[in-house]
Amino acid sequence: MLTAVLLGFVAAALAPILTPTLGSSVGWAFALVPAALTAWFATHLPEIAAGGVLSSSVTWVPQLGIEAAFRLDGLSLTFALMISGIGTAVVIYAGGYLRGDRQLPRFYLLLFAFMAAMLGVVLSDDLITLFVFWELTSLTSYFLIGYKHELRSSRDGALQGLLITGSGGLAMLGGFLLLGNEVGTFRISEMLADPAALTASPIYLPALILIALGAFTKSAQFPFHVWLPNAMAAPTPVSSYLHSATMVKAGVYLLARLAPGLGGTPAWFWLLTVVGTLTVLAAAGLALLQRDAKRLLAYSTLIALGALVVLIGVGGTYGAKAMVVFMVAHALYKAPLFMVAGNIDHEAGSRDVTELKGLGRVMPVSWTIALLAGVSAAGLPPMLGFVAKEVAYETLLPHVWALAALIAASAVMVVIVFLVVWRPFAGREVTAPKSPHEAPLSMWLGPVVLAALGIGFGFAPDVLAQGLLVPAASAILGADASFYLALWHGVNTALILSIATVTIGVVLTIAWGPLHRFLVARLGGVRFGPAGAYQGFLDGLVRVATWQTRVLQSDDLQRHLTTIIGFAVALAAGTAFVRGGLALDLPAVSGTLYEFLILILIVVAALATVTAHTRLRAITSLGVVGFGIALVFTMFSAPDLAVTQFLVETLMVIVVALVLMRLPSTLLRGSADRSVRSAAAPIAVLGGVLLTVLLLAVLSVPLDQTIPAFYDAASYPEANGRNIVNVILVDFRALDTLGEITVLAVAATGAFALLRRIGARKEPEVAYTAPRGSEDDDDGNDEPREGKGSEA
Amino acid sequence: MNSLILRTTTRLLIGVLLLFSVFLLLRGHDLPGGGFIGGLVGAAAIALYAIAYGYEHAFALLRIRPRALIGVGLSLAVLAGILAAFAGEPMLTGLWWIREVGPWTVKLSTPLLFDVGVYLVVIGVVLRMLFSLEEH
Repeated sequence: MLTAVLLGFVAAALAPILTPTLGSSVGWAFALVPAALTAWFATHLPEIAAGGVLSSSVTWVPQLGIEAAFRLDGLSLTFALMISGIGTAVVIYAGGYLRGDRQLPRFYLLLFAFMAAMLGVVLSDDLITLFVFWELTSLTSYFLIGYKHELRSSRDGALQGLLITGSGGLAMLGGFLLLGNEVGTFRISEMLADPAALTASPIYLPALILIALGAFTKSAQFPFHVWLPNAMAAPTPVSSYLHSATMVKAGVYLLARLAPGLGGTPAWFWLLTVVGTLTVLAAAGLALLQRDAKRLLAYSTLIALGALVVLIGVGGTYGAKAMVVFMVAHALYKAPLFMVAGNIDHEAGSRDVTELKGLGRVMPVSWTIALLAGVSAAGLPPMLGFVAKEVAYETLLPHVWALAALIAASAVMVVIVFLVVWRPFAGREVTAPKSPHEAPLSMWLGPVVLAALGIGFGFAPDVLAQGLLVPAASAILGADASFYLALWHGVNTALILSIATVTIGVVLTIAWGPLHRFLVARLGGVRFGPAGAYQGFLDGLVRVATWQTRVLQSDDLQRHLTTIIGFAVALAAGTAFVRGGLALDLPAVSGTLYEFLILILIVVAALATVTAHTRLRAITSLGVVGFGIALVFTMFSAPDLAVTQFLVETLMVIVVALVLMRLPSTLLRGSADRSVRSAAAPIAVLGGVLLTVLLLAVLSVPLDQTIPAFYDAASYPEANGRNIVNVILVDFRALDTLGEITVLAVAATGAFALLRRIGARKEPEVAYTAPRGSEDDDDGNDEPREGKGSEA
Repeated sequence: MNSLILRTTTRLLIGVLLLFSVFLLLRGHDLPGGGFIGGLVGAAAIALYAIAYGYEHAFALLRIRPRALIGVGLSLAVLAGILAAFAGEPMLTGLWWIREVGPWTVKLSTPLLFDVGVYLVVIGVVLRMLFSLEEH
């Protein structure tokens, strides 16, 4: 399974290299990867259906009990098949949709990285491994939403998604750690084996809330739903893959995965059902304000996500069964619907459903797909969507309030389906911004297969149930579930409710025009609570950041350094004072003549530096200080340190020489703020004194010899190296080094960006303003709102 | 900078300097040296070339953008860490391949690969900053 996950990452690494050579067949060629994964997962179907489980693990951080552990059961397999199967369709689709796009290599890199990370999430059997993959999906999602990065709406949507899912992810990590500490393992399967220990523990409620925050943000539950509609700024293949079929279901997956351990309590029931119901209602209401096909579909995804959370909250055999059926049905109809919306956008030049008419005449294949998927989405027979909705209704019969919300939302789904699959296609005359024609094969093959599966499984739902869904429901239940699915259940309460739903839906559809105009007129400009709160938070954050930057990190270098050194002195001296002072045990002064000479050289050079009147002299004197220190290292047999110091000093000279060429040669003594200047000298002296005292205090304590002795003894036998410094760097503490070179890389990027800005600073400086989210803007389609990009 | 002496010296030195930087990198595990120091020497060599001939020529000499060097270096370091997983060891565990080839002992290892990563990142970082200073 590790290989399956890594295959995606390898594909991601190779994608940018291969994309240009493959030319226009890139989508077809790349689709082989997810297709192979699908086939590999499919071979495990019989085993899983028989109740088997696959697991494998690799030690990762044994000291912390973290393993890269993977486990394939019914639930994981269901998700894995959705990820790789829909992934195949999406990769082919993207080849057509983004044909000739300059950034295609980057797109495939991100898409494959996402696919691998998402597979990692659903296959992980270790909470920490799961968390790492989880964050990777958030990151790849960020880059994919922001794919059209020259548009402000894309950048804002990407940032919003990352901030919301990222903060949720942090809360979730907290919950994981609580659970792990309580149970003593991060292995999910071991943790779930003893649910009573979890639910009875005092950390149960905090852990549940923290983990739920992670799941709710990821699956865009109320009030965190705001990011999902704005994520529609992403190219359509991304929307259909990440933001409807897979990533947004990660939260649902997590709740389902942990249900056997954390579920079944009143807290679990109320938390999930109430939040899910609120999501369903908010999404249904807001959907009526939309005209953009993709945003309409985004709100319908929210309805589905809310319903899934409610069903997990209800739990039991019914809840588990309804949840898995609903989820698969949703994936099979929503991905094709998004792709059709993409086809409309691509071929007709608009996604505003009121601007388009008669497309069915020129795009018959897309229309057929839209109708097939749409009928399933509306919950009409003979589709899988119908079966799913019936089962969901049956499950919710004892909880009337949740049922009522779902019925209302399903009626709105009928409206959404009408607006997306009927209104733009029907009619005799073609009305569109550009002259439309049918999309190429690559853009309809995938959705055709998915929509066909929706109808096929609609006629034979039990094939799907026995092959995949029963084991999946068992995993959610934590016990063996057994059930049968049928298209026709006879006349029962659920069927009557379905008929009622469709009737309400039809009425709403007929009344949509005036209703939509009325709602937009009344509510169009209003920022709803969560969106407004997000904006307010972001504005506040930027204000605080601006304020503290102005106060603490001013452009004036002298003031900046004064702040840093002043704080360091105050904190260190304060700590020393509170802890009762430092013990100084000064050794007798001794040394060779050379050592004293070098010492004098360093002191003189340091004095010359601070009294210098020109930059050149200051820099040269400082260089002498550096070389003096390097000499000291040499004398005390630290050749690695000395060489490094020499080299850094040399490179410093080059850097400074380059900078000096563009600066006036004098130090501009008079220009700095007087109060800062007068404070700078004492603070600098204090800083020097403090450092000296601290070093002397460190030397007063006898050096702990166990660590050097360990490295001395272990270096050659364990790491085949005699240079302890380097062995520590690349072997014993390689993780630290990995962190350091990452920081170096980031610093270089930051310096590059800053230097470019200075080079390009011609336009007047504009203070940074918080990005505007575009939640519920009544214009619906906010693509053309170009941001004034500040990139040079 | 248009100085004949500097240019001639640089042309003579550059090869030796680059060779020396690789030498430092390779001997680092047993003797003073290593990826970080080797990388600094390599970067200094190319910086010297950039001062003598202008950064466009240094760019041509390098043939690869510093930014790409950083990426390649980081990837190699991560790869060196992940390889341990295939041997069933925790991440970043050193794997060794030591053989007698003729009169020499060849020691290849994932820590060496890691060090090569560090080497490339250091060169990339230093040059990226220097070149962006040079550009305007």
